[in-house]
Amino acid sequence: MGKTLAEKIISLKSHGEAEAGDVVIADVDLAFVQDTTGPLTIRQFKESGFEALAKPQQTIIFLDHAAPSPARQLSNDHILLRRFAEETGCRIYEVGEGICHQLVAEQFASPGDVILGSDSHTVTAGALGAFATGMGSSDVAVALALGRTWFRVPESFLIELNGVFPRGVYAKDLILYLIGQIGADGANYKALEFGGEALAQVTMSQRLTIANMAVEAGAKVGLFPADKVTRDFLRKYGRGDNYQPLYPDAEANYEQVIPVNLDQLEPMLALPHAVDNVRPVAQVKGVKIQQAFIGTCTNGRLEDLAVAAEILKGKKKCPGTRLLIAPASRQVLIRAIEKGYIQGLLEAGATVLPPGCTACLGLHQGVLGDGEVCISTANRNFKGRMGNPEAMIYLASPATAAASAVKGEIADPRDIM
Amino acid sequence: MTDLVLKGKAIKLGDNISTDDIIPGRFAHLRSNLPELAKHVLEDAAPGFASKVKPGDFLAAGKNLGLGSSREHAPVVIKMSGVGAILAKSAARIFFRNAINQGLPVLLCDTDKINDGDELEINLTGGTIANLTSGIKLNCSKMPPIMSAILKEGGLIPYIQKHKDFKL
Repeated sequence: MGKTLAEKIISLKSHGEAEAGDVVIADVDLAFVQDTTGPLTIRQFKESGFEALAKPQQTIIFLDHAAPSPARQLSNDHILLRRFAEETGCRIYEVGEGICHQLVAEQFASPGDVILGSDSHTVTAGALGAFATGMGSSDVAVALALGRTWFRVPESFLIELNGVFPRGVYAKDLILYLIGQIGADGANYKALEFGGEALAQVTMSQRLTIANMAVEAGAKVGLFPADKVTRDFLRKYGRGDNYQPLYPDAEANYEQVIPVNLDQLEPMLALPHAVDNVRPVAQVKGVKIQQAFIGTCTNGRLEDLAVAAEILKGKKKCPGTRLLIAPASRQVLIRAIEKGYIQGLLEAGATVLPPGCTACLGLHQGVLGDGEVCISTANRNFKGRMGNPEAMIYLASPATAAASAVKGEIADPRDIM
Repeated sequence: MTDLVLKGKAIKLGDNISTDDIIPGRFAHLRSNLPELAKHVLEDAAPGFASKVKPGDFLAAGKNLGLGSSREHAPVVIKMSGVGAILAKSAARIFFRNAINQGLPVLLCDTDKINDGDELEINLTGGTIANLTSGIKLNCSKMPPIMSAILKEGGLIPYIQKHKDFKL
């Protein structure tokens, strides 16, 4: 019998033949925490009676969620995390370096890896063919100590991509469309695996956007095969040696096969307050917005800023709308400056935030007021997500968010491109 | 160790209660002060919950409970509120695992058969619920043996303190 990508990776890392439904213990290649889940993880690690990390160089702390810190309690959490890094010799990425998932993609994730993070969007690294999944603090604490964890091997859905993205339609529109089709729990406990003949045209930046949101359908992982796109990405970041091709077997067994024709897609939105409350932008145009937010682990990469800069070139944001831009990493910000995107965005009236999670999770740098509406390129629009349960969040692509910032209302990017 | 038979009253919740509903991100500055954090449990989704809940009560939620973030603080503050077990039609993967890791039982069953205020008796060993108010018996789906073992020890940290490693 053939294996899915999930079964292949877990078989390799559990040193056996793993099939969907099996419960196995697997090696963990990389484990990480961020600053809002890390303090609990560290306390649990110590409570467990462990002193040493199993793999200090494959353990990372990211200070990205409250960065720079807006409150003394969070600053004290940062101190706790820095001390732990000093004590144990693990890696630490300081305030300003960027979002954990972007840095894992740029610097660590490789095809065939098992990656655990105490953050649900750890699934992002599935774009590189890594079995990357989010867990809570207890599970990550134990993985830090043992270098392994237990998994139930997930059944896989194959998402078969064909065609090409039409003008004004991007990876974000695809994943929103898909979540709208299968629902916020439609892939609970499952692996979403992406394939099909369109794959060769789907860039790594787009793959990261798609894999990032697999968890919004409940999935444990969102996996792409490792192919030429993966190889080129790893080479670009000086990690060409980490490449190995990785594909599912032709006779692999999928619980469902869902074909998606990219030619048929249009710009999509997730309406408040659920990620699966999805409609075409064309049906929602005209809703007034007070804030447009372009960034996050979903859509804060160079390609995303390029799209926004192109749409905003020579234009101004609507005077009543705040336009927030948050590059996903220091590297993204540097490249966006070199390419002139940041200058263009600033001239259009944008506020540029430091690399990090910024406004996404409602702690700082863009908390919404009562009754305000935000169009955001993030992955979640739950009630209260951006710091205020009285606010409304619409999720969209960077193109749709940029077009909406110009108009001061939800707009179709194809109308102004 | 978790008790094997639990008795209490049901508090009903709807579908798709996210971890942002359970403990919003805007309280992240309280995560190293759990008693303060716990005061805000379900504040947006079920106003007044923290003052209404009694020790030993059960949450009876709809589908996809705990979707969203991996924050283990969500089951932590539910447990701190006194809730003895969580019942739901379905639970998001990370939340489910986190609750068990906190020694907080999660039973998946048809919660449509439970009304707010119903008296329930839960048998954790058999995975059955007796609704003492309506007389209806409910069966719950089984969890993998490793999760039952973790729950039996009162959570993952006590489990690891005892066994030093995972035992399949």
